[in-house]
Amino acid sequence: MITVVQAQSDLRLDANALDYALVAFYFVLVLGIGLVARRSISSSLDFLLSGRSLPAWVTGLAFISANLGAIELIGMTANGAQYGIPTAHYYWVGAVPAMVFLGIVMMPFYYGSKARSVPEFLAMRFNRTTQRVQAVVFALASLLIAGVNLYALGLVLEALLGWPLGLAIPIAALVVLSYTFLGGLSAAIYNEVLQFFVILALLIPVTIAGLVRVGGYSGLVEKITAGPGGAEQLSSWPGTPITEISNSFLSVFGIVFGLGFVLSFGYWTTNFAEVQRALSAKNMNAGRMTPIIGAFPKTLVPLVIVIPGMVAAVLIPQLVTLKEGGVTDVTYNNTLSLLMKEVLPNGVLGVAIAGLLAAFMAGMAANISSFNTVFTYDIWQDWLHPGRADVYYLKVGRAVTVGACVVAIFTAYLAGSFSNLMDYIQALASFFNAPLFAIFIFGLFYKRMTGTAGWTGLLAGVVAAVLVDFLVRADVINVSSQAGSFMGASAAFFVGVIVAFVVSQFTPAKTDEELSGLTWATSTPEQRGEGGVAAEDAGWYKNPVIMGTSVLVLTLVLYIIWW
Amino acid sequence: MSDRTEAPARPPLSAILFDLRSVIGLLFVVYGLVLTILGLIGESPEDLAKAGGLALNLWTGLVMLVVGILFYVWAFTKPPLPPERGVTDDDEEGGPLQGHGH
Repeated sequence: MITVVQAQSDLRLDANALDYALVAFYFVLVLGIGLVARRSISSSLDFLLSGRSLPAWVTGLAFISANLGAIELIGMTANGAQYGIPTAHYYWVGAVPAMVFLGIVMMPFYYGSKARSVPEFLAMRFNRTTQRVQAVVFALASLLIAGVNLYALGLVLEALLGWPLGLAIPIAALVVLSYTFLGGLSAAIYNEVLQFFVILALLIPVTIAGLVRVGGYSGLVEKITAGPGGAEQLSSWPGTPITEISNSFLSVFGIVFGLGFVLSFGYWTTNFAEVQRALSAKNMNAGRMTPIIGAFPKTLVPLVIVIPGMVAAVLIPQLVTLKEGGVTDVTYNNTLSLLMKEVLPNGVLGVAIAGLLAAFMAGMAANISSFNTVFTYDIWQDWLHPGRADVYYLKVGRAVTVGACVVAIFTAYLAGSFSNLMDYIQALASFFNAPLFAIFIFGLFYKRMTGTAGWTGLLAGVVAAVLVDFLVRADVINVSSQAGSFMGASAAFFVGVIVAFVVSQFTPAKTDEELSGLTWATSTPEQRGEGGVAAEDAGWYKNPVIMGTSVLVLTLVLYIIWW
Repeated sequence: MSDRTEAPARPPLSAILFDLRSVIGLLFVVYGLVLTILGLIGESPEDLAKAGGLALNLWTGLVMLVVGILFYVWAFTKPPLPPERGVTDDDEEGGPLQGHGH
């Protein structure tokens, strides 16, 4: 994860007027999208859920782009430099199966329920209390993470372009605010798709130029094998570099179960910043295809994130020193910017800077737009001020966007003064997904699970995760921080399920009629998406099962290549 | 779908030009042109050395140009459809950025 990008003169990119012009052109387009999207907004559903009108390729790319923020770019190139190929587990086993599961199994329940948010789905399946607990937790986490994204963006502007931090943070917030305020979720999603392509226009040239410099992939293999990392950084299994578990079997188990099941399913299937993109799709089939279309770039993108990281670790003198354990003034988090500076000429450099800024805005806009929806629908409309006209909630949605950006600026400064605290909060936020996933999946397959069991299971799971995290940090449980987060998530999952099961025995369950289409046993095959598809969705490339299987096979092929 | 003269009318040009695919096309064509021209006239030996002798601006520019043109081709061959509910709610037929891709 990102910590501090130090502002040193040797990190400054030599951007010239042409580079700035290319960056400026990108910003003009981003704001233009906000202005044009504004014209198609007439209800709160348009603003907060894009009027459920978007085609699958748009929502699918936005789905992946909302996750491909700058913290991800900087963090994963850093991991690539430090650990090599095993970093790809975060993309392959750590994302693809969960995304396919979301599309094939869970999306029919989400989309079919017509819930406008994840907390609202919880209200239907469980009760209002569960909805409120989850809405408040999610809203707080979103604002804090938006602040972390914003702070990281400010640091990069300061380090790479020499802008002062106090100025860079509000300017960045203002840009995100202006297009989300004008165009709502549509503008956020359209910009995410644009960002996706610009980020690729950053990553692909960096990878190619870097590989040319080190003598192609075979040259890279030679240098890594001879270097301090050794050959284990060139194959994905058993992944000892990332788990720091020396026993091969336990290392593989940690990756497959901890990362691949609990953490990954928890994040991808319940995080509303992701799920929202699928809920805004134009119909059920497009909703199911959203995460599956997103999974294709997800399998391929490590090739242009992890490999440049590995290239940087053998090409950049400071990183070579760092990896050998020597003294240097750079950290692994500087990997991407050091490589950009080393291999990109002016021109492509401008495109790359636009891509990097795009990545930061993608992350923050995703947090803001999902916070918006949860706050307006779940906290304001369903709880505090119900029963007003839709125009009222559209106004609330816009006002909340402004408020959220202002709060994000404050949390960004807060992150500046307590960067460890913010890392900590971010780690905790990822734990909230595991208990949520626990009650979600348990509630889907166990129709006797009650409303009270929903929120008690959720809270018990959060407490378990926090407790394990505390014990790991206090060194009572002596494992690496990565293995610690696998353990915390697993504990949250099991405690959540067990508490939910026990509480269900003592509280009244909902009737089958109330649960129609909300659990596996109380839904028809059509509601589970097993029936036929509409004529317009005919064709193998619009079939979630065929495409989902294809992306799993693709992942397997990549695993075999880098076994 | 009938093939009568009135129904399958093409959406207005503005709807195509403001479609997301055209916006991506615009960005890539502009970036592609700038980088290609830069690659043809302005790459110094130091620039070339950065990427190990590969003319990075030129190649990136050409690829982006092609990708940008393909997005325009896609937007024009499969133009955005008007909204399904009701033909027109107001004068904004088809709605720029309504994005009914196919």
